[in-house]
Amino acid sequence: MLYREAGQFKTSYAADMAVFPIRQDRIALWLLLAFVFIGIPLLANFQIWPFGSEYLLRAILVPFLILSLAAIGLNILTGYCGQLSLGSGAFMAIGAYCAYKFGTGVNIPLFGLALSIPPLPVLPSILLGGLMAAIGGILFGIPSLRIKGLYLAVATLAAQFFFDWVFARVQWFTNYTSSGSVNAPQLEFFGLFVNTPIERYMLCLIFVVVFAMLAKNLVRGNLGRQWMAIRDMDIAAELIGIRPLYAKLMAFAISSFIIGVAGALWAFVYLGSWEPLAFSIDRSFQLLFMVIIGGLGSILGSFLGAAFILVLPILLDQVPHALGIPVSVETVSLLVFIVTGALICWLLIVEPHGFARLWATAKEKLRLWPYPY
Amino acid sequence: MLRATLFLAAAAAVAMTGPAVAQQNEQFLPSLVYRTGPYAPNGIPFANGVIDYWNMINERDGGINGVKIAPEECETGYATDKGVECYERMKSKGPTGAGYFSPLSTGITFALTEKVPGDKIPLLTMGYGRSESRNGAVFPWNFVAVGSYWTAADVAVQHIAKEMGGFGSLKGKKISLVYHDSPYGKEPIAALEARAKQHGFTFKAIPVTHPGVEQKSQWLAIRQDRPDYVLLWGWGVMNPTAIKEAAGVGFPRDKMMGVWWAGAEPDVIPAGDTSTGYKALMLQHGAGKFGIHADIEKHLIGKGKGQGKADDIGHVLYNRGLLNSMLGVEAIRTAMKRYGNKPMTGEQVRWGFENLDLSAARIKELGFEGMVAPIKLSCQDHQGADQARVQQWDGKAWKVISDWYTADQKILAPMVKEAADKYAAEKKITPRDCSKES
Amino acid sequence: MILLGQILEVLISGLLSGVLYSLVALGFVLIYKASGVFNFAQGAMVLLAGLALVRSLDFVAAQGFPMWTAIILGLTFAAAVMTLSAYVIERFVLGPLVNQDGLTLFMSTIGVTFVLEGLAQMVFGAEIYPLKLFPTDAWFLAESIFPGGILLNKLDVWGGLIAGVLVAGLAVFFQRTKTGRALRAVADDHSAAQSVGIPISWIWFVVWLVAGLVALVAATVWGTKLGVQFSITFLALKALPVLIIGGFTSVPGAIIGGLIIGAGEKLAEVYLGPFMGGGIEYWFGYVLALVVLMFRPQGLFGERIIERV
Repeated sequence: MLYREAGQFKTSYAADMAVFPIRQDRIALWLLLAFVFIGIPLLANFQIWPFGSEYLLRAILVPFLILSLAAIGLNILTGYCGQLSLGSGAFMAIGAYCAYKFGTGVNIPLFGLALSIPPLPVLPSILLGGLMAAIGGILFGIPSLRIKGLYLAVATLAAQFFFDWVFARVQWFTNYTSSGSVNAPQLEFFGLFVNTPIERYMLCLIFVVVFAMLAKNLVRGNLGRQWMAIRDMDIAAELIGIRPLYAKLMAFAISSFIIGVAGALWAFVYLGSWEPLAFSIDRSFQLLFMVIIGGLGSILGSFLGAAFILVLPILLDQVPHALGIPVSVETVSLLVFIVTGALICWLLIVEPHGFARLWATAKEKLRLWPYPY
Repeated sequence: MLRATLFLAAAAAVAMTGPAVAQQNEQFLPSLVYRTGPYAPNGIPFANGVIDYWNMINERDGGINGVKIAPEECETGYATDKGVECYERMKSKGPTGAGYFSPLSTGITFALTEKVPGDKIPLLTMGYGRSESRNGAVFPWNFVAVGSYWTAADVAVQHIAKEMGGFGSLKGKKISLVYHDSPYGKEPIAALEARAKQHGFTFKAIPVTHPGVEQKSQWLAIRQDRPDYVLLWGWGVMNPTAIKEAAGVGFPRDKMMGVWWAGAEPDVIPAGDTSTGYKALMLQHGAGKFGIHADIEKHLIGKGKGQGKADDIGHVLYNRGLLNSMLGVEAIRTAMKRYGNKPMTGEQVRWGFENLDLSAARIKELGFEGMVAPIKLSCQDHQGADQARVQQWDGKAWKVISDWYTADQKILAPMVKEAADKYAAEKKITPRDCSKES
Repeated sequence: MILLGQILEVLISGLLSGVLYSLVALGFVLIYKASGVFNFAQGAMVLLAGLALVRSLDFVAAQGFPMWTAIILGLTFAAAVMTLSAYVIERFVLGPLVNQDGLTLFMSTIGVTFVLEGLAQMVFGAEIYPLKLFPTDAWFLAESIFPGGILLNKLDVWGGLIAGVLVAGLAVFFQRTKTGRALRAVADDHSAAQSVGIPISWIWFVVWLVAGLVALVAATVWGTKLGVQFSITFLALKALPVLIIGGFTSVPGAIIGGLIIGAGEKLAEVYLGPFMGGGIEYWFGYVLALVVLMFRPQGLFGERIIERV
């Protein structure tokens, strides 16, 4: 009844191809953006439930936004281009450590000549961190031209373990600290200091919104269609004139760039101090889960998947305590494992295409509501 | 399917709203634990000790000076991001927020070090964490009480020297460090290198990748290299595996010494007979039962309220959990002397830590006689003690085999200062002036 | 001479530890061969089997029964647990997922991993449980030729023997039994096998059961080596490069892959490691596998991947 596009006429090709062709969708999007950009800061400012404490912002929304960003990056590679990757944790680590290096000054001694870059401000550091991740992505993407499917997934693990080792072993990356653990520099953007939870949240939000829009438009365009052709059948794509070298490596580069930026944010904004273990293989699996549960080949799905995989265990963990059921943390955390695993299996069985497909189904139903045929 | 998802979402929303009812006159104390996952065998006994001491205080004394302790555990699984989430979840619970945090993980300690100054909550990292956080002027919120990794490294070298017949005989010897490849395992390297330079022994660091289930090549290399002594800086399953591999390549176990995190029952029992003779440092206390255990048995175990299994009471990590809680509770008690008998805020607890003065008489009164030496913290010195002993596993129990060693401040103090200054410069911290603190 | 002896020692130890990885990799191969599922849960199955074995064994031994009874009862109980888990996984997870693409199946096995890890620790405990079924001390061979001799760990030798017996047994099972032939038929073509009357769900149950028993065998060896604890699940990650080199579908490939990875990473760690700061063996196996893949994208013994438009 409410959600019906009757009377909305498209008069141009551009209007027909718009990201949100239905007016209600556009209104909903603007409302959502208004809420996250204006509503949440207001609520947090006046400490209105559930923003009374910092917990929701600091421990749920900030990691959710950052991991959504990383999931968008992985979705470009796996969901749109069909290249299975288990190395996302490594690319996050490259982003984080390189951003740290650029933020604290790079000094490469080259046979007497020293290549020195003075400490850069935070924003260019993060973006350069992403760029370095993109280069790493291209390097480890080259095998994808020959290796496919699960074999490629296991090959990307080589990247994962290799970079785990590099950042643990090469002290240059950690500025020779005795423990190999590094601290994020002061977060300063154009003279503004980002410290409070709400400022951190806004920072992540801006990054996520900008990159989500970029990604959405990228996958609708020429490059995105090449990726999807490769995903659906790479030999056929090659026959119709798509260069797999260019398309696949672009997918690796752009995906790793976004993942690298997410890694830098994870380190700088969420953790503050980190070690290679923060970007271990578990992170890679977590991201892959988000993409698959959320829906391969869907930007919206990346958000839904991130919400599910990140927030569900945290919520489950708190349910017994909130309800006052006396269970030991050991039992609860094991139960969280079991329930999360079972839910993943169940979701895959009932909806192998993830939340994005579920969302599409819901929209279809809503169109006909309340008079389905 | 759609309906089920909507239902789940609704259930999640309901779960979020459940407000925890907090008593007004309670001291909220959080405990970051890991009772599952790869490091659970070591995490469980420590967590049991921590919670048993608090519960015992509630049962025996009715709380700290009448203020009941409200404990809550949060499972971190030894993962940094989960630890941060737990911290955020628990830091402002209770009437005055969390009293202090003890993460029992070097990674989580590093991450929380960045967060506690903003939230004004002390971090009690007894025998782990940042060694340079001894400097209370730069790290006002970290308390690496009783000993740091650098203390351990220094004492270990002193003991080896003593076994070999003095520092002079270290010259030309080979000492290898088998370490957990993480900030935890890397912390001692700087201190050991400093000693190596001073005494002229060859120092070699051999990393073992987390979690340390495969160490064959490391031990084959040791067999070929034939070091005179091996230091083991492991945690979790890495320790028994290392001892077994050492036995496999025929490296004598009595030439192996673990740090105090590699010297508890879960580290040696799984390795069976092969661990007989293996040595480890003690963070002052060792295994065994002391005065405090009688109270625990009377007030908790007897009533069926204990977390720890009856056999584990008196094991190394359980005792360390007790000690950890005792320091925290005594800090709160100290703070109450100044601020009154009510729940303390993190800031007040910090004052309590900085003015904590446990005399021998007080330690005896608390039932910890024989477990710790007197300790006194101050605004400048957040460590308070620099002593350790060495224990040896005789196949059934840990036996103390050495006298007290004191780490050499001539070596460590400049290192602490340098590292703390570097941190202060990096974070643009102006160290506080301890002479002006009251 | 000393150097030669040392290199030989590292090589032999490496080859044998590689075979221990193969024990875990075999489980992956069996399931992939028969159902096209990349079973990430193999590591969790080793944990479950190991915990079931050690806990029941300890329980029986504590009742005063002699050790050999305890071992037999423990093995029986663990086998029963693996049978049950194979049934449940087939019935409730993989059965309903028939005809989904490989990625979905792979993800579902990670879901299964979470459930198994949680359940195993909840039912049997999360602490470390020592297991001693095989001797763990060492022989020193050829001491007259090489000073100090060549070290040979008895447990590794046992592991090698067991792997050999296992592979021979599996070969007989695949080649000579009716179920084995049915398994191969299903592996070749699901629908064709189904149309000649092979009950697919039964076959899949058998495959998961066999993989579960292989996990139990792996658990006896690895449990003796490490003690049974959660960390044992990390073995799955050590088995993956073995799997790539050998190819996902080849049983002998898993053994040969294990030999290559084991020898390669140990030699690299001992002789290249010191120049690179050490700890390189974790990624070295993967990089070795990657190099092999560049030349043979299906692994050394995998079935050739044929693509048609």
